[in-house]
Amino acid sequence: MKVELRGIHKYFGVNHANDDITLTIPSGTIQGILGENGAGKSTLMKILSGFIHADSGEVLLDGKPVVIESPAVAIHDGIGMLHQDPLDFPPMRVIDNFMLGQKGGLFPNRTRAARDLRRLQKEFDFDIDPENYVDSLTVGERQQLEIMRLLYLGARVFILDEPTTGISAAQKDKLFETLKKFRKQAITVIFVSHKLEDVEKLCDQVAVLRQGKLVGAMDKPFDQKKLVEMMFGKEVPLGTKQTACQDRTVLNLDRVSIEGMRLKIKDIDFHICEGEVVGLAGMEGSGQDLFLRACAGLIRTVGGVVKVNDRDLTGKSYHTYKKHGVEFLPAARLEQALAPGLTLAEHFILAEKQTGVFINHERGRRLAEERIKTFNIKGAPVSPVESLSGGNQQRTLLSLLRHPLSLVLVEHPTRGLDIESVVYIWGKLKERCKQGAAIVFMSSDLDEILQYSDRVLVFYNGRISHPFDANKTNVQQLGELIGGKGWNE
Amino acid sequence: MKHTTLNRIGFQLFALLLAFGIASLVLLAVGASPVQIYKDMFGSLGTKGKIADVLVSWAPLLLATAGLLITFAAGLWNIGVEGQITFGAIGTTLVLRLLQNSAMNAGLIIALSIFAGMLAGALWAALAGALKTFGGVNEIFGGLGLNFVATALTIYLVFGPWKRPGTGSMSGTQPFPEQFNLPLFEGLRLSPWALVVAVVGIVFVYFLLQGTYFGLRLKAVGKNFRAAYLLGIPTWQYMMFSFLLCGALSGAAGALQVTAVYHRLIPSISSGYGYLGLMVAMLVNYQAIAAIPVAFFFAALNIGSIQLPIVHKLDSSFSGVLQGLLVLFILLAEGARQRLTPKA
Amino acid sequence: METALILTGLGSVFFASAPIVFAVIGETIAERAGVINLSINGMILLSAMGGFVVSFQTGSLFAGFLTGALIGALVAFIVAFSSITLKQSQVAVGFVLALTCRDLAYFLGNDYMGKGGPRLPAWDLPVLSDIPIVGPIFFHQDLITYISFLMIFLSWLWIFRTRPGLMLQGIGERPASAYVRGANVNLMRYAYTVLGGAIAGLAGPAYSLSVKAGWNGTISGLDGFGWIALAITIFGGWNPLRGAFGAYLFGLLQWLGLVLQPSLPNVPSQVLQVAPFPLMILTLFLVNIGSTEWVERTLAAMPESSRRFFTRALRALRASPPASLGVPFERE
Repeated sequence: MKVELRGIHKYFGVNHANDDITLTIPSGTIQGILGENGAGKSTLMKILSGFIHADSGEVLLDGKPVVIESPAVAIHDGIGMLHQDPLDFPPMRVIDNFMLGQKGGLFPNRTRAARDLRRLQKEFDFDIDPENYVDSLTVGERQQLEIMRLLYLGARVFILDEPTTGISAAQKDKLFETLKKFRKQAITVIFVSHKLEDVEKLCDQVAVLRQGKLVGAMDKPFDQKKLVEMMFGKEVPLGTKQTACQDRTVLNLDRVSIEGMRLKIKDIDFHICEGEVVGLAGMEGSGQDLFLRACAGLIRTVGGVVKVNDRDLTGKSYHTYKKHGVEFLPAARLEQALAPGLTLAEHFILAEKQTGVFINHERGRRLAEERIKTFNIKGAPVSPVESLSGGNQQRTLLSLLRHPLSLVLVEHPTRGLDIESVVYIWGKLKERCKQGAAIVFMSSDLDEILQYSDRVLVFYNGRISHPFDANKTNVQQLGELIGGKGWNE
Repeated sequence: MKHTTLNRIGFQLFALLLAFGIASLVLLAVGASPVQIYKDMFGSLGTKGKIADVLVSWAPLLLATAGLLITFAAGLWNIGVEGQITFGAIGTTLVLRLLQNSAMNAGLIIALSIFAGMLAGALWAALAGALKTFGGVNEIFGGLGLNFVATALTIYLVFGPWKRPGTGSMSGTQPFPEQFNLPLFEGLRLSPWALVVAVVGIVFVYFLLQGTYFGLRLKAVGKNFRAAYLLGIPTWQYMMFSFLLCGALSGAAGALQVTAVYHRLIPSISSGYGYLGLMVAMLVNYQAIAAIPVAFFFAALNIGSIQLPIVHKLDSSFSGVLQGLLVLFILLAEGARQRLTPKA
Repeated sequence: METALILTGLGSVFFASAPIVFAVIGETIAERAGVINLSINGMILLSAMGGFVVSFQTGSLFAGFLTGALIGALVAFIVAFSSITLKQSQVAVGFVLALTCRDLAYFLGNDYMGKGGPRLPAWDLPVLSDIPIVGPIFFHQDLITYISFLMIFLSWLWIFRTRPGLMLQGIGERPASAYVRGANVNLMRYAYTVLGGAIAGLAGPAYSLSVKAGWNGTISGLDGFGWIALAITIFGGWNPLRGAFGAYLFGLLQWLGLVLQPSLPNVPSQVLQVAPFPLMILTLFLVNIGSTEWVERTLAAMPESSRRFFTRALRALRASPPASLGVPFERE
């Protein structure tokens, strides 16, 4: 099926998530969509699969304009989407998952469904027991199940969102083999990924999105260097860097391992010094979040030693880390870091050192006014935090940090913020560095990482690169590593 | 800001109107005249004696509400409050029984028994809290179960080990000698001491929630558990604390029921004040001071409805119907307001 | 002789448990869709009263049962409306309704207290009731008890064997996935909450027109059934078969309490009647403890072999609720 996108626009507030996207995908083609996190890939795919509606623009299937009201309509029109986290029902059986959503009589014919499933399995050489429970399958098997299900429902266009994350090499090969078979059946595949290697191996043509715009397209053979440049932009001017670690070590990890739900990170050796900034690069879910949380004592480490200011804090809770001057700022500000319903002043009171039993509200108000001024927060001491804009919430979080601090761990310090706030927030963070704090932050914006870090760690599938000196690396090198190239097996 | 307040008041007035409207329909359904019934219910409260009766039930209701405001602040649904009142009453009765024949000063014994009631209430609440924090049992189900257990324990005590001479009966244990009762106002059923305990309780909670670091941290835990943890607040300890405090205040309510009202342990010693307190707490939405008049109003409805069976041959549960409808419509009105008011 | 008594006794357990069975099935269906209906304790009292009064007035038993179901549906509708449309806390609204409906039942039913009224007659099923053992236990019942048997089977069949039932499971488990597969999640939640309410509403008349015919206000002995039903729903792992098993277990305990009463003269009957509650707490404790943080931490510190043993034991006990229970669904 031929897919045409014409002039697709989508705004989220002021954020122009899709800016005039026009793209034609011939029938039976495997189209790669490349881009950083936040480049607008997901938005575009959600529009195509009926999750959200474009503000303007149209979608044509085999030349006919279609209105994709909902995901159910999308599948009716022949568009099936395979989500990164497959949208299935983990506590239910494979066969029930397969049948769920199929049209038909009151009593579904399980025997026939099982037979159809087995036939499809045979065709693609999959092997999943229909009576097994989905939560006991691997992500790769769950994908296979979804593919068969969508195919059974008559999908002629497959959208795959980061399908190679979290599956084994063998499963990846099988997936690619399956997708290549689709070509012969004139089924179109849209393959959304950040992994250059996968795109090169699989796709017939590639489109690159950056900051909501379609910045380039390319047919086989691909010029890798150029793709990286399109994805991450030109080399950025770097800020002033601290050259080496002359000062005291603030945080030291010695052969620390972390076990997350999906990822395991083994034998981390890492240290950071007073005043230093380390940026963690990599696609979301590559292990940076686990790393940050482990450095804060928010998740338990397995083996190894974590030292803060030369004190062994292995296995201690976040509150102990906090006592030793460690602070963690999560990305989900309103969900995890602020208490909606409480005012700015109340937050400042909570974050300050508290003496006595009774709150000095007057002092709290003065404190709030002072911080609001210093941090340029648009709000009053009595404003509930949820009434603030994202930028002002982030400023509030920064203004809540105590003095003195040894280590600040930040998830996405400037995600979703306007330029003015970005500059401001980094100004404040750098101020903290001058006062002796070390900063570790993760970001999906490579420019931000190169501009503000002294050293950079790249994460890929639970693996961590050696630290790069931000002065001596470049977008090209990091971009390839983020995309999974250049890691020795 | 001002507009929002006006808006909210408008919706709440509408809710009150609906609640009274439906309550009136309920009255019409049983063939009564709503005007007459409301007049009788509120009119009967004219005498000093009746006002005193309202205050008799206001005191324990206010104490239970005070306690619940603490658990609500921590984001907890302490349905077990009913059992905590009951257990408080058991604790008080136990100490009175143990000490009534001792040489100790009667006033001191009463004070000790009230303290024991608070301790017992806190203990029962701690059980619900521990089940929640360490056993993962939702406080609603844990609390409910413990309520039934507390009631069963009371019945067992009244009919078993603590039964009055002869055979046990639903009317309760043998009343304590008069010196172990809290002194009453001359000619009334109301004890000034009960009022003192209740007022101290609500004022304590008011200051706790409005003025102390503890209260603010508790609110942070209730509003956003994870943010509170990141702000350095030991979250589960605070939850347990709020259970303990709520239990102590409800235990005090139970203690008053024994020392100031019934002077003995009866099977339904909690009189439903726990559940009613939950409604008051929902209605006042964290405002401790507002609980004072609202609890008074609810208590007045209870006392006013005592007339109904005598004068109109209607069941006194009408007060419960009216109270429930009020809370229900206030909740619905808040939802409707949020839905219908465009966001700024 | 002894055997006959025991068989009759067991039969009476199935008979007396019918109200709880209806309540558990109704609640199971609503919770499967993701809505907690906390009101059922009061709602059952109201439907018991309403059902009795209507059939007392009309002389029609059918009208009585219909009234019960309608009351259940109406109360459930209020819960659905306030939680799905008005986004208010299901717990708050459900709890207030539980109390309000109870008082409403006592208030409206006042004139009918203790009046003799219609009662569903026993109806021995031909042929089946003559089967030894099974006959006396299962087939010397009345119509509503047979319906309760049927309801267990039908609801199980619906949830686990039909196409809409599959979708029902999906809605409660992962509404986003169900939505992608074409479900109108919020509409279905309305429908199943109201349907579940109607089924639970039958619990009232099943009591006041069958188990203990008549309306006796606060001494009906019905207050508390709804709360127990809520707990049994969890115990039953949101499966009508397991839920019914829980309900019968509860009935059996109560019956044993009555039977054992004479041999335990010091224990008042009310005490034995609450025996299920500590058991309920214990059950909830066992099904939940595996997911608490300290247990996970303790397990992590254990040596491999014992860790595997305890993990397996805890997992076998665990009853996981529909993952989106109580969580509102909004499409992007």
